[in-house]
Amino acid sequence: MLILGALIAVALRAETGRGMGPSDWAAVRFTVFQAALSALFSVALAVPVARALARRRFPGRRLLIALLGAPFILPVIVAVLGLLAVFGRNGWISVALGAAGLPPLQVYGLHGVVLAHVFLNLPLATRLILQGWQEIPAERFRLAAQLGAGPHAMWRLLERPMLWQVAPGVLAVVFAICLTSFAVALTLGGGPRATTIELAIYQAFRFDFDLGRAALLSCIQIVLTGMAAMIALRMSRGDGFGGGLDRPVQRWDARNPVARVLDGAIILFAAGFLLLPLAAIFLSGLGGLAKLPASVIAATMNSVLVAAISALITLALALPMAVAVALGRGAFVEFAGLLGLAASPLVIGTGFFVVVYPLVNPTVLSLPVTALVNALMALPFALRILVPGARQVIERSGRLALTLGMAGRPFLRRILLPRMRAQIGFAAGLSAALSMGDLGVITLFADSEQATLPLQVFRLMGAYQMEAAAAAAVLLLSMSMALFWLLDRGGRWHAEA
Amino acid sequence: MLRLEKLVIDNGGFTLSADFAIEAGRKVAIIGPSGAGKSTLIGGIAGFHPVVAGRLIWDGKDLTDRPPGARPLAMLFQDGNLFPHLTIAQNVGLGLNPNLRLDGMQWRQVETAIAHVGLQGMGARKPAALSGGQQSRAALARVLIQDRPLLLLDEPFAALGPALKNEMLDLVDRLASETGATVLMVSHDPQDARRIADEIVLVADGIAHAPQPAAPLLDDPPPALRAYLG
Repeated sequence: MLILGALIAVALRAETGRGMGPSDWAAVRFTVFQAALSALFSVALAVPVARALARRRFPGRRLLIALLGAPFILPVIVAVLGLLAVFGRNGWISVALGAAGLPPLQVYGLHGVVLAHVFLNLPLATRLILQGWQEIPAERFRLAAQLGAGPHAMWRLLERPMLWQVAPGVLAVVFAICLTSFAVALTLGGGPRATTIELAIYQAFRFDFDLGRAALLSCIQIVLTGMAAMIALRMSRGDGFGGGLDRPVQRWDARNPVARVLDGAIILFAAGFLLLPLAAIFLSGLGGLAKLPASVIAATMNSVLVAAISALITLALALPMAVAVALGRGAFVEFAGLLGLAASPLVIGTGFFVVVYPLVNPTVLSLPVTALVNALMALPFALRILVPGARQVIERSGRLALTLGMAGRPFLRRILLPRMRAQIGFAAGLSAALSMGDLGVITLFADSEQATLPLQVFRLMGAYQMEAAAAAAVLLLSMSMALFWLLDRGGRWHAEA
Repeated sequence: MLRLEKLVIDNGGFTLSADFAIEAGRKVAIIGPSGAGKSTLIGGIAGFHPVVAGRLIWDGKDLTDRPPGARPLAMLFQDGNLFPHLTIAQNVGLGLNPNLRLDGMQWRQVETAIAHVGLQGMGARKPAALSGGQQSRAALARVLIQDRPLLLLDEPFAALGPALKNEMLDLVDRLASETGATVLMVSHDPQDARRIADEIVLVADGIAHAPQPAAPLLDDPPPALRAYLG
């Protein structure tokens, strides 16, 4: 309802009469183009990485795969800073190029935006595709091995059909994510040639204070992302590869030395691409941690507060929705979850702004609104975590509870919530970390007095205080991870299975 | 002749030892209580479980370190014997070339094999469109076309009803007699053994015992077998 309300407010405020200017069209074109490029590159790179990870067993493999999940809660602004430290004008590669007498890399613009999107989405794409690989039952590999299939035959028999099923969905998901990219475009894009719709909304807001135009752009954004989210959902459904008994997969086709060296190189390259920027942040930021300005400390307090409230709101919304879906009363609820995917933070922020602007000074509400919008953003993910858990508990214990006469609140308190502790902790941790790292709606509302930590990092960057920015980024990253770890662990503490 | 020379097979920490030989052309049933190591024995011979000691010899050739596809044997598993996304003809064709690059003559060979197991005209269907018995027949058609001297069966018909299972065992018996293949068949039903086996390997407590003639063994079982038969 909150999302719908915001959307309706936006739609009413939109000034359709004036139509779209050329710069608006440019923003639409750029948004679609960069999202398509980002999706293509992410998936194209993810396929060999996933294949290497699927075929190899090596010490640290589980850790690496777990790390692939980390960028999801990695604050975008931290990723951007890390990428600048490696690929920027004064970054490692440019310095190396300079030593060789070559000009430095130019990272701002389309390729910078795409680079950051690939950095942020390659891990997700890899994990999704790796999942596809792992869902090929071990029995199929065993049968293929018995028939003497080499790497090429494995590819034709098993891997290529799997990719035909999985890759389109992954492309659509990454495309949809990149459509609503704001922080990346804000920091690495900009200018008439590299402005996304989200960024255009922000500019219409902050610089021109043209609410009508912001609302119009928001409408376009909703239509675009709504279509992309629908396509992504449709495509990511598939009937899979038939069942197996989860025997451990052994690969007899990948034992030749060429395949080994190739897979090793691919894994090293991917790990380097993903880990070096983070290492760079830590190297340049650790020194500055001791002399962080007071504004950063205040912003940290704000951020923790926002993250905690946001996680609470997410749970308060997601738990009843998850139970409703699990009980089969979920058609509307699933639609609401989809809406959360389709609407972008800035669009919802614009909607709220339009609503509250006549009543109170919006800056007063900047932190509560940020917490609320962050919670709405985290909702689809929380639902994806909670719904299967709720389903399982109800399937397994529902009948037994009914025969014992347990229903309603006792069932909720005694069975459902305790049994779902692990998922609840995970969802809360994810939501808190996402909120902690979010640089979106806060930029619309905040004045110079108020800030969250990501906004403060962005401001330090804008003021070219790179060392302080890096230090604040280290703090931000640590806080996000710590929040996630704390809540996720808290949920699993003494929880069986 | 298949020789298992002081063979020790490791299946995730469980080890099975075997030290005997099987004459070429025999049909051997492997029976024993569940968990005793029947599937481990056959998986070790097929190359799916590592051999940690001893040697596996077929016709004087050492198979111990060969990958599964390079051994002179065809195998049917308990489940998952067909690729669900390929047609029956393609599934059978894999027996000739795992890359499925077949010429016209080879495709005719595939058709013949499909007809031979009684599935005429069903080559274009996917496995899901076939009954359980027909799926078993399709898998047997591939075994037939693989034309390997050794056939390993790890209870592939366990999910079929008794009449259908007997039908499949008779088909295996007929195909093996036609090709002269040596058959090793895991079973937990002594009736299966009586139906087609010449010899029986009894597996109990991590040891596979040397094969003995089927009928006398079943008529007058030693203590270990009697405990299993009940």
